[in-house]
Amino acid sequence: MSATAPAIPAAAPPAPLARLREVTKRYGQLAALDRFSLTLRRGEVTALLGPNGAGKTTAVRLLLGLTRPDAGAAEVLGRDPRSSAARTAIGAMLQVANAPDTLSVREQIELFRSYYPRPLATAELLNRTGLAALERQRFGTLSGGQKQRVLFALAICGDPEVVFLDEPTVGLDIQTRRQVWSEVRALAAAGKAVLLTTHYLEEADALAHRIVLIERGRVVRAGTPHEIKHSIAARRIRCRTRLTAAVLRELPTVTGVEADRDGVVIFAHEPEQVLREMLPLDETIGDLEVSAASLEDAFLALTHTS
Amino acid sequence: MIQAVLTAEARTPGAARLHAALMELKYEFIRLMRTRAYSLSVLGFPLMFYLLFGIGQRSSAAAQYVIAGYSCFGLGSACLFGIGLGIAFERAQGWLELKWASPMPRLVYLAAKMAASATFALIVMGLLIGLGVTAGRAHVSLAQAAELAGILLVGSIPFTALGLLVALIAPPKAAAGIINLVYIPVSFASGFWMPMRMLPHWLQAAAPALPTYHLGRLALGVFGLASGKHALEHWLVLASCSVLMFAAAWITFVRSEAKSP
Repeated sequence: MSATAPAIPAAAPPAPLARLREVTKRYGQLAALDRFSLTLRRGEVTALLGPNGAGKTTAVRLLLGLTRPDAGAAEVLGRDPRSSAARTAIGAMLQVANAPDTLSVREQIELFRSYYPRPLATAELLNRTGLAALERQRFGTLSGGQKQRVLFALAICGDPEVVFLDEPTVGLDIQTRRQVWSEVRALAAAGKAVLLTTHYLEEADALAHRIVLIERGRVVRAGTPHEIKHSIAARRIRCRTRLTAAVLRELPTVTGVEADRDGVVIFAHEPEQVLREMLPLDETIGDLEVSAASLEDAFLALTHTS
Repeated sequence: MIQAVLTAEARTPGAARLHAALMELKYEFIRLMRTRAYSLSVLGFPLMFYLLFGIGQRSSAAAQYVIAGYSCFGLGSACLFGIGLGIAFERAQGWLELKWASPMPRLVYLAAKMAASATFALIVMGLLIGLGVTAGRAHVSLAQAAELAGILLVGSIPFTALGLLVALIAPPKAAAGIINLVYIPVSFASGFWMPMRMLPHWLQAAAPALPTYHLGRLALGVFGLASGKHALEHWLVLASCSVLMFAAAWITFVRSEAKSP
């Protein structure tokens, strides 16, 4: 038996822990998700990026078993997300306006720990999230950033295999944001699958192994942050010039032109070629900068929301 | 014993559910107790009314009437504000969704809210009986107190259903106002405050349409103060009202689920 077992290829992708397969979800006439697929793998941070209303929240709610797909399937550990085996493998940090504010930090954590079969120790959670000094404080007296940390603690308290983080660093100062980032990296390093939705592209760039760009319920582009950035014009040229946008668009390898204060930003695959042609046409060119396109540029270019 | 269940780390699925249920109940009760607007009004109003209207009653029967009536009133406020307002708030803030996404056993959420509110109702009853027996002229035997407690516990089921329905229908910010607006007149019309025969005739005729009226009759029956129908009839009305309200709440919940993006 063991002699015939196929060898696992060295470059096999990590095992999927949760996935959406060709999921369609409609609310009335509106398709929030349209044959949308997503795979969350062990040890990977996946960032789901898209404009408001793109379907990010619906994707998260489907994987949490909070709603059912009209077509396709949602799976966590190969099971229905509503099954108890799947639920105990999930931790979620959702956008919560407020929690019952008369319970203390420790009490909130103890309560959520009781839902899981093998929770992390309370002391460990308090230390990891920097809440040890606040454990007796009531939730209502915490600052916005401290509340976010409590919600993060609740998401990881059950030592789940799959962690959903919906805008985890909203309202955090830079230092605390970096702390959360290192915790997210630690989760992935510990073999968890993490799904991150965020409006901070810098955050996706810093944390995600894979980015899935979503718009109107469909995948626009998926890949590593590097691949996404390079899938649009790889470079941007910023300068002051007399040339009109119409002329600039005709130049070789140019993919886009935008007005930017007193100058223009030109997106191009080969900025050298563009500049070679621009310089003889306009001798007044000034304030020239050439830089790599940011994830933000890629995001705007791919989701058409400039 | 409870502590042993609470601290045990390796649990069977059944023990784990029990543990989660006890923790949920414990913290729901603590939450309500610390929410002063709730604990002070739910415990305070019946006591204040008893001191105003009950303590001076000359006959034991009148004092018993006030104890039974205000205990029912206390149960209603405990459940409607604890469950109705509690769920409305947690739903509006996104907290309910976070709990729903966790492995918290579904029924435990509602059961803990019901049990915590019922506990408040029993405290109200205990305080009223204590006041009535010591400072007033009420005679209440242990058996009567136990029977009244049993009726209040079962009576918390229809009030839980009503609270749930209010939480799902009423806009969260208006929920407290709506509960007050409906519950105060309803409790008056159900004979919680004064004997039915002192109410206007049309109200006496309309009262049997209210489930609270039937709860009041059962509570008064403990002291032999309810005339007329058989207790079974009152229980049947309460049971069917509970089923109807739970069904309405379920339908409302499923519909709102389908709409929310």
